[in-house]
Amino acid sequence: MSEEQTRHRGRLKIFLGYAAGVGKTYKMLEEARELQRAGHDVAVGYFEPHGRAETIAKLEGLELIARNVVDYRGHKFEEMDTDAILSRHPEICAVDEFPHTNVPGSERTKRWEDVAVLLDAGIDVLTTMNIQHLESLNDQMREITGIQVRETIPDWVVKQASEVVLVDLTPSALLNRLQRGVVYGPEKAQRAMENFFKESTLGALRELALRQTAHEVDVRHADSPQPAHNGAAEVASGANFAPIHEEQERILIHVTEAPATAGLIRRGRRVADYLKADCFAVCVLPSGALADQPAADREALQRHLDFARQLQIETRVLEGKDDALTLVDFARRNGVTQIFLAKPPRQLLPLLQKRQTAMRVVELAKDMQVIIVAERRRAALS
Amino acid sequence: MTDTPDRRPTPEQLLERVEAEEHFHRRGRLKVFLGYASGVGKTFRMLDEGRRRKMRGADVVIASIQPDPSPQVQELLDGFEVIPPSTALGGPMIDVPAVLRRRPGVCLIDGLAYANPPGSAHPQRWQDVEDLLAAGITVITSINLQFVAERQQQVESIRRKSVDDSVPEAFLRTADEIEVVDAPPEYCVVRAAQGIEGEIADPVLIERQLSELREIALVLAAEVVDHQLESYLRRHGIEQVYGTHERILVCVTPRSNASLMIRRGRRQADRFHGDLHVVYVEQADLSGADRKVMEANLDCARESGAHVEVMPGDDPIDAILEYARRQGITQIFVGHSQRSGWTRHWKANPVERLIMGADGIDVRIFPHETASGTAGNGQEPGT
Repeated sequence: MSEEQTRHRGRLKIFLGYAAGVGKTYKMLEEARELQRAGHDVAVGYFEPHGRAETIAKLEGLELIARNVVDYRGHKFEEMDTDAILSRHPEICAVDEFPHTNVPGSERTKRWEDVAVLLDAGIDVLTTMNIQHLESLNDQMREITGIQVRETIPDWVVKQASEVVLVDLTPSALLNRLQRGVVYGPEKAQRAMENFFKESTLGALRELALRQTAHEVDVRHADSPQPAHNGAAEVASGANFAPIHEEQERILIHVTEAPATAGLIRRGRRVADYLKADCFAVCVLPSGALADQPAADREALQRHLDFARQLQIETRVLEGKDDALTLVDFARRNGVTQIFLAKPPRQLLPLLQKRQTAMRVVELAKDMQVIIVAERRRAALS
Repeated sequence: MTDTPDRRPTPEQLLERVEAEEHFHRRGRLKVFLGYASGVGKTFRMLDEGRRRKMRGADVVIASIQPDPSPQVQELLDGFEVIPPSTALGGPMIDVPAVLRRRPGVCLIDGLAYANPPGSAHPQRWQDVEDLLAAGITVITSINLQFVAERQQQVESIRRKSVDDSVPEAFLRTADEIEVVDAPPEYCVVRAAQGIEGEIADPVLIERQLSELREIALVLAAEVVDHQLESYLRRHGIEQVYGTHERILVCVTPRSNASLMIRRGRRQADRFHGDLHVVYVEQADLSGADRKVMEANLDCARESGAHVEVMPGDDPIDAILEYARRQGITQIFVGHSQRSGWTRHWKANPVERLIMGADGIDVRIFPHETASGTAGNGQEPGT
């Protein structure tokens, strides 16, 4: 992106919560009203009322841009009208539910893609999302809630926001709201409290949201000019060691057709983000061509490589008869410092079976860090 | 279900339980709004909460409010009954006897960190709050991060401003609820710039400092929430590790590049705002030189704030896995196995056993010697 474009791109501000009902939309609209009072040109591009009276009241005095009606299989769906917002071109636009997936047949698949269009047009956007929609936390979410969240937002999209603000509320206050019917109708509220809205689940989600916001704050001030005195991170560690020579870490993720690969990619991406490391993903095939693989493997490999690319990881298909050797050789030639592999399944007859790639990489790559990622499994709840 | 006589609680146990229950119900609840600077809106949020509770029928009063409220805050204030502070000893302080006589259901106290004037019943305001809680009055209060005692060193190094009024973190941890009032620094820069006397503050620098304070506040709240979550899970007998929080376990041996592994572990734990554990499973046949190196490394680990444990164990792998499970470890750091030629051996090497045994835990295997040569243990480099 050229400097010219960067300067004119709109600013994105995300109101982050840990569950429905914490007050994200309320906070977003409150901010929109304040900005309008301060003389800015504000419009609401999309708003999901959920029948919450206090939130709806916040809409008063704000301009609401009409939704687009999309026909899909004989049903009518309402989506954000991105074109209408572009032609109205407000200075600031409030857009609810950032992770939303548009109905098939819409111009773009995801609302965050629509928001990117608004930002590119120089419109500042205020938006809302919950922590469980962050891609890199997907495995942990399943572990905590038992639910596989399908609507996810890649971490790099959130990184592009100029601000992430936490909308915090204690779980007991949230449960209170739920009981009083502020969040959902009575039947849905009862079901919600028995499942997702258990106090322990909410506590865990809230902790993740707090930590994620701290991380978002951290990466943002890490990029800004350094004051002369000690920063928080150094004080926090209190280490007596000589300062670490911060060499650039390079992470290589081994992609296979195994289902554990998706979790591996997320984990590698997350660690790379926290260590500010470069990140690559490769798969090794005897012929170097996906086309020569059996259909099921080919399809899984393709899906995993696409997924890695979605998370802005550079991917490569390597040719090699011996995958461990090829992988380690590629790593050495490209200055990789950490190789990420999925934990291999337990072998029943280790004497008769081929040695697993992961174990061979551990054996071969003694000059670098090798990380064996174990699948996160949901522990039995009593 | 039938109770056998010997499983029935004794009268003493029953009494104890009833008393604990009564104590829990008699004591007021403490709710804290935590912000990282002035101007984030703590007072407003606290009053708004008071207003909502009042609307739902609670008996709410205010016992302390900070001077010069904003128009928004003033508007909210007008709806409340105020118990005026006492000035008998000079400076204003909460009139605890008056509040106890009035006996509200909920008492709002703006600014939890406050040093009472000399001669008061308690030197600090948070101790007054203890009295109110003990009397069964629920307290909703606000505090600025820079007044949390244990965080003051960090805060002072950032703001270069020292503060006298303080609240111990342990008191905040007893709060039934803690809520973060978050806002990006842009809102507070103006207030912060005004707060520094005799120097013209650079807004860019202030914004960065505030951003660091904001990070500390969020992490503190996450830690309090983690603590509450763990005690909730314990109380309900739920054995579950949520992995909300990165816990790194560095396993050191005299032959591993311990100092590098500990430093990397520290860095990752800091980046993830997580915890660092360092364990050494004692080996009987350690030479004097090895023992010295090991001690030095463990000292370094302790100084960096790691939880250090030296464990006996015939089988180091079993000891490490047991420790990791007990502590909810998310990542284990070990050195590469230095034995070669094991590849075709019938028995898996220790690192492989660790990998296969680590359920739901990542294993990070380290080289023994780095290019920069920081082996740091006087050992021969690895194979």
